[in-house]
Amino acid sequence: MPRDEAGILSEIKRDYILNKLKEGKRGDGRLTTEFREINIQQNYVPRAAGSAVVKLGKTKVIAGVKIESGEPFPDTPNLGVLTTNVELLPMAFPTFEAGPPNENSIEIARVVDRGIRESKMIDLENLVIEAGKKVWIVFVDINILDYDGNLIDACTLAVLSALKSAIVPGSKEGGKDFLLPIRNLPVSVTMVKIGDNIICDPDLEEEQLSSARITVSTTEDGHLRAMQKGDSGFFTIEEVRKAIKMSSDIGKQIREKYFQ
Amino acid sequence: MGTASDIKLIDEKGIRLDGRSLSELRPIKIETDVLERADGSAYIEWGGNKIMVAVYGPREAYPKHTQDIDKAVIKARYNMAAFSVDERKRPGPDRRSVEISKVISEALQCAIMVEQFPRAQIDVYIEVLQADAGTRIAGLTAASVAVAAAGIPMRDLVVGCTAGKVDGKIVLDLGKEEDNFGQADLPMGILAKSGKIVLMQMDGDLTTEEFDEATAMIYDAAKRINDIQREALAGKYRALAMERGGE
Repeated sequence: MPRDEAGILSEIKRDYILNKLKEGKRGDGRLTTEFREINIQQNYVPRAAGSAVVKLGKTKVIAGVKIESGEPFPDTPNLGVLTTNVELLPMAFPTFEAGPPNENSIEIARVVDRGIRESKMIDLENLVIEAGKKVWIVFVDINILDYDGNLIDACTLAVLSALKSAIVPGSKEGGKDFLLPIRNLPVSVTMVKIGDNIICDPDLEEEQLSSARITVSTTEDGHLRAMQKGDSGFFTIEEVRKAIKMSSDIGKQIREKYFQ
Repeated sequence: MGTASDIKLIDEKGIRLDGRSLSELRPIKIETDVLERADGSAYIEWGGNKIMVAVYGPREAYPKHTQDIDKAVIKARYNMAAFSVDERKRPGPDRRSVEISKVISEALQCAIMVEQFPRAQIDVYIEVLQADAGTRIAGLTAASVAVAAAGIPMRDLVVGCTAGKVDGKIVLDLGKEEDNFGQADLPMGILAKSGKIVLMQMDGDLTTEEFDEATAMIYDAAKRINDIQREALAGKYRALAMERGGE
């Protein structure tokens, strides 16, 4: 993850956050297992097939879905196609630059994509127009507008919301428009390690202090669908088990609160 | 993970398509110093994977803005040869290889004593000549040996290994068909001595119990893989000692 402008978190702030964590609390008063406030505005861009703006604390992202007909992949002739892209807009952070995707935006996009894909959230089998020749392609594009930590989860939430309300333009192919077929809701929970503490939904300062990151995506049944460890620190196997438990507990809460 | 198939990947006796048991690794062979120019190099054959790794550095990090005043940065580049897979792969980095390069760099960063080389970079070039499932962990396993062969101080060797779910069963070291048609894939990189996890990715569908079973299998296999790594390095220094002794 990118560091702040100077690349350095002021020492006073660092000491403050580290001292708080010794008492099991966070710099902003949250519990280690507590997400920041989530605000979701669905259908923000009516021009898109589906869209959502998500605010996760001060992090703000927008996801838009476009659905077009096209050719299936040769190895999956009877499945629709999902593609996910993330743009770290220069407006979102002083050191974000315009240009082709870099390793950070590619990693975020691929981790978000994996959660959605592996959970089989979208019923791709029902997105075939003509077997082997023509299928619906679901383009998910996510733009980062304001960056204050934990982009992976903010993006996942935005994609879930955007896909849930997305309309497939069936009328363009001689049928009827229909709601994108959704089967389940994979929720990603990202945690970082600061000292020996594992905390969820890190804000920017916490990301800067952390040594390693782990994202775990789970579905309603509590199964693991995707995981990704990031950054140059390490986790012990016990810490990973703890992170998995945390993810499935928090995932359940988020699903109940925001996606019922 | 890939789509379902009618192929039976595991028979009634728990034997896999290539004749292995559920917790058996494919054959692994590691060699060091396979390249002349590089500061360190290694070659690994792991099942049908053939992967060459070269290490250059530590050397001054360039471009300058990538320098870290406290430590060396690891720049791993995972690359697949155009002819390494069934259908020709367009040369150059794609999104998958960019991500793999990133997670491998991060994994090695944890094992190398980077704090000894401020403002430096260590380049690790991983070239997949033939791919046969599990290239990232085979590449990581060989990269770790190549870094050690370059004489760069390390805390520990990194061992890469994969477990996954095939036909509803947890198996070690997925082969190509198992990778394509399996239900889950869990590549991990761990430090050999301490067991710390420095690389972990997962996709597919696993319960937490299955995850525990898979990681236990990986930890067990890591010892065997680490023996092969150490033997490759020991072989290098035995050869050196013989040379010196002969003079």
